[in-house]
Amino acid sequence: MTIASSSPPSRLPLGSAEGGLTKSRTDRRGAGESRGDGRLAAVFIAPALLGFVVFLLWPTLRGIYLSFTRFNLLTPAEWVGFDNYVRMVHDPIFWNSLKVTVVYVIINIGVQTVAALAVAVLLQRLTQSAVLRGVVLTPYLMSNVVAGIVWLWILDTQLGIGNEIIAGLGFDRIPFLADETWAIPTIALINVWRHIGYTALLLFAGLQAIPNDMYEAAKVDGASEWRMFWRITMPLLRPVLAVVLIMTVIGSFQVFDTVAVTTRGGPADATNVLQYYIYGAAFGRFQFGYASAMSVALLVVLSAITFVQYRLTRAGQTDLG
Amino acid sequence: MAAVAAPTTQTTDIRPARRRLSPGRIVAWAVMAAIVLVTLLPFYWILRTALSTNSGLAASPGDPLPVDMTAGGFERALGLQSTKEAIAQGGAGGGLKFWRYLLNSVVVSTIVTVCQIFFSAMAAYAFARLRWRGRDKVFALFLAGLMVPTIFTLLPNFVLIKELGLVDSLLGIALPTMFMTPFAVFFLRQFFMNIPREVEEAALLDGAGKVRIFFRVLLPMASTPVLTLAVLTYITSWNDYFWPLMVSYSDTSRVLTVALAIFRAQTPQTGTDWSGLMAATLIAALPMLVLFGFFARRIVSTISFTGIK
Repeated sequence: MTIASSSPPSRLPLGSAEGGLTKSRTDRRGAGESRGDGRLAAVFIAPALLGFVVFLLWPTLRGIYLSFTRFNLLTPAEWVGFDNYVRMVHDPIFWNSLKVTVVYVIINIGVQTVAALAVAVLLQRLTQSAVLRGVVLTPYLMSNVVAGIVWLWILDTQLGIGNEIIAGLGFDRIPFLADETWAIPTIALINVWRHIGYTALLLFAGLQAIPNDMYEAAKVDGASEWRMFWRITMPLLRPVLAVVLIMTVIGSFQVFDTVAVTTRGGPADATNVLQYYIYGAAFGRFQFGYASAMSVALLVVLSAITFVQYRLTRAGQTDLG
Repeated sequence: MAAVAAPTTQTTDIRPARRRLSPGRIVAWAVMAAIVLVTLLPFYWILRTALSTNSGLAASPGDPLPVDMTAGGFERALGLQSTKEAIAQGGAGGGLKFWRYLLNSVVVSTIVTVCQIFFSAMAAYAFARLRWRGRDKVFALFLAGLMVPTIFTLLPNFVLIKELGLVDSLLGIALPTMFMTPFAVFFLRQFFMNIPREVEEAALLDGAGKVRIFFRVLLPMASTPVLTLAVLTYITSWNDYFWPLMVSYSDTSRVLTVALAIFRAQTPQTGTDWSGLMAATLIAALPMLVLFGFFARRIVSTISFTGIK
């Protein structure tokens, strides 16, 4: 659920992991449960554990293993040591893809975070309407494929209503998805359109945890909405904002669908994001080893970013209470 | 943070007192209106385009109403037109079996949702309420699974599905997410842990077994979070593109998202068949809009209080 990405974003609940674990320890002293439930638990846990091991744990380890092999699906994987990684470091298209992806993430996350925060605050301070919350969520119900196609049509240079309006206002038509400079910002904004409501609702959840008395007290002291936002909302929302930011960045890095239906990596590799390049290496050229190596690189980049963000934003701590 | 993660937290509906319309509030409402407009206008534009003819669209691209109102776009999307007819109206004429893809999407999303939620709920119950050795260690492992980006497992999972001989089958598409997601387990466990123990103990005294308690007491109590999770899982599965794109090669297992991207790629001689494409888009998106329409209120407030992602 990569909030901002085209793929199912990695879902992260807002509660901290440690909180969950300590809780499970405390309920160990439940009444009338001195005997274990080993056999029953084994039955209950079996399907999920099977799925976890076969489709999550094993593929993760296997992906790392495959990155050290030459593998075309037809013949068995052949161990080649660090060859794929050496090739990756010397591959200009890989570096271009990484750069394009980073530019995409910066625009996508930058615009989306500010806009979603604005929507969340409006939903909190202006109206508590559940209907409006439902409305802002509607684009999230579309697939990235649908969102991509719709905006491809709206922004079409000749027939799109977007360009009709631009031309009507007396400006030159903009080839949004066919121009090297415009393509990435355009894709980034299409995905903002789809994910803004979801991100806003997550932030809205964080805002609901801020006691209303604080705003009432500030108002009595004559504080303006603007001042309350910076002095109350922002400091108290910070932990939630930090977690949402980590989730959305991870999601954003995995962008694929929108590129696949709108620009297909073009023009001239201008939108050849990392995941699209990886897909091409695996399914276009059957270089599964090389594709796996680039996947591992993406995994490392994401882990590093998550770690740094977590440290910088002190995501685990709260100022509330 | 804890409050955000606790699905049972009561909704405190605090409405800001009605104030006089200050200039600031007028600007704020204007911004809100603009956001709603940008959010919803593309949906109208899909409908307007789907009901127009391609020649009409080319002649008056800026017309806010459907041009030469027709159902031709829908007929093409659903494969009701003959090839000759379709080409005459600016379609590609390639046979798109939308009913088939719709059925495939329904089958995959239903299998994934029902199995994933059921198995995840069982595991969540075992983690929350049963005692067994190694429970916390296994749970920590599941939590670690949350950190692996979904996309990283796709390539190796494809290799596995191929080894199992399930490429180009609906089961192959459903399998990796059928058993669990770490998120679903975590989310439901959190909910089960918040149900007071007394509820269970009362049932235990009445002589009910733990299996019975799970099915007859806890699961019904968890119906709202389970429903929210199920609807979101269904939507996620329905909208998934990357994984089915890898696994499906023919009509046998083609789902709507993949079919739609193919429809988009088949450009007829005369240029893109926008009318047909928008009709197809609407058909692909409509079931989720209807589904959401039924449960919107509950989903919106559950997301708000759980930070589901």
